[in-house]
Amino acid sequence: MIQTELAIVGAGPAGLSAAIEARRAGADVLLIDENSRPGGQLFKQIHKFFGSRAHKAGTRGMNIGTQLLKESEELGIRTCLKGEVCGIEDGQNLWVVIDRNRSEIVKAKKIILATGATENAVAFPGWDLPGVMGAGAAQTMINVNRVLPGKKVLMLGSGNVGVIVSYQLLQAGADVVAVLEAAPRLGGYGVHTAKVARAGVPFYVSHTVKQAFGTDHVEAVEIVELDGSFNQIPGTERILEADTICLATGLTPLTELAWLAGCEFKYIPALGGHLPIHDDRMHTTKENVFVAGDITGIEEASTAMEEGRLAGINAAAELGYINEEEARIRSEEIWDSLNCLRSGYFGQKRRESKDLMLHTGNEVIQWKIH
Amino acid sequence: MHDELICRCEEVSREEIEKAIEDGAVTANEVKRFTRAGMGLCQGRTCRRLVERILSEKTGIPLSEIQPSTYRQPVRPVRSDLIREHNKNKSEGELNDE
Repeated sequence: MIQTELAIVGAGPAGLSAAIEARRAGADVLLIDENSRPGGQLFKQIHKFFGSRAHKAGTRGMNIGTQLLKESEELGIRTCLKGEVCGIEDGQNLWVVIDRNRSEIVKAKKIILATGATENAVAFPGWDLPGVMGAGAAQTMINVNRVLPGKKVLMLGSGNVGVIVSYQLLQAGADVVAVLEAAPRLGGYGVHTAKVARAGVPFYVSHTVKQAFGTDHVEAVEIVELDGSFNQIPGTERILEADTICLATGLTPLTELAWLAGCEFKYIPALGGHLPIHDDRMHTTKENVFVAGDITGIEEASTAMEEGRLAGINAAAELGYINEEEARIRSEEIWDSLNCLRSGYFGQKRRESKDLMLHTGNEVIQWKIH
Repeated sequence: MHDELICRCEEVSREEIEKAIEDGAVTANEVKRFTRAGMGLCQGRTCRRLVERILSEKTGIPLSEIQPSTYRQPVRPVRSDLIREHNKNKSEGELNDE
């Protein structure tokens, strides 16, 4: 059995930021991640981040990852890699399988779940053929493993993930045959979209994949136009040659452990569906369990890092390492920063959804814990 | 034409899921028990939302009211001897606590 004051599940931007704050305050931290290397998705983000300079805008995601790892090493944060958290029992015992080979129980006084998200699937005949994959998976292949997933790629989804990965696939030497978007207008930031358009990649709005053809691998894709109610319009089908289909159709928060811990949930579609209710300290309805990052709703690495800091500070405060007043003041500063990140055309909707969550969280959790 | 699989782990097609709903399944848990969709290696990580959407489309129940099917540990595929090891660790831990 491993004992720790604070166990953090997930060493992505949220988990690392939480670990750094809590360790800096003096807490004994154990950071657990299923991968062989910490950093989550940061090391495949070779593009520069948006936002203000205070939020590391203009810095490439992978460099933010390197910086966070350096800080966590300097603080001597205990890290358990290749550690898959398979369950939570009795509120605070984590069942961890290490290296697929050993079962361990981690007994923690506080837990922060920073498990991130998983890519959404789109089902169509042939989507289970090799060659159909999440856009994020393709991005990992090219930017982390340096393997080209295919030569002719069709991208389904024109949001930021779709256009950023399309551009990086082009840079890696693939041909992007088309970017499809089911909605009548494109979804990504103009800067990223324009780069792909300038490279000559055709964009099809109000289109989706009807089916994929191939025997043991994708060989061609049939695409089809959609009407205003997202129904396929017969007679508009056309066939494109492609060996890879990337699905960039959104993400779903990875909430299994929060369900197992017994957290209460709220359904907020704009943030990705069912989410563990949390208050402004990132505390859930379950005593001693905090959340941070994409598990609380799909956003960006910049917001995940700030939420991680919030969870880290407030978990350390509950452990007695930071006094309540200081935790409150520092949390307020982080909330100002988060509200700043959640502004503008793309951020406003997230801000409203997050406010809704906080409203519920502060109401439900106050009487439960205090 | 290829079948439209919804649950790849258990190889459950859209047709089978729609059939289960026609036969009376009205919750995600029922679809799971009728068809095994979501009971494979990935424990529904990939098909969960697809199943919920089909259920919503076929029954008219809004997505916001569809309760996700029950989550159970282990949430990752593990070897069965590791489950045994875990149960042993647990009972030893309880003994130590006493």
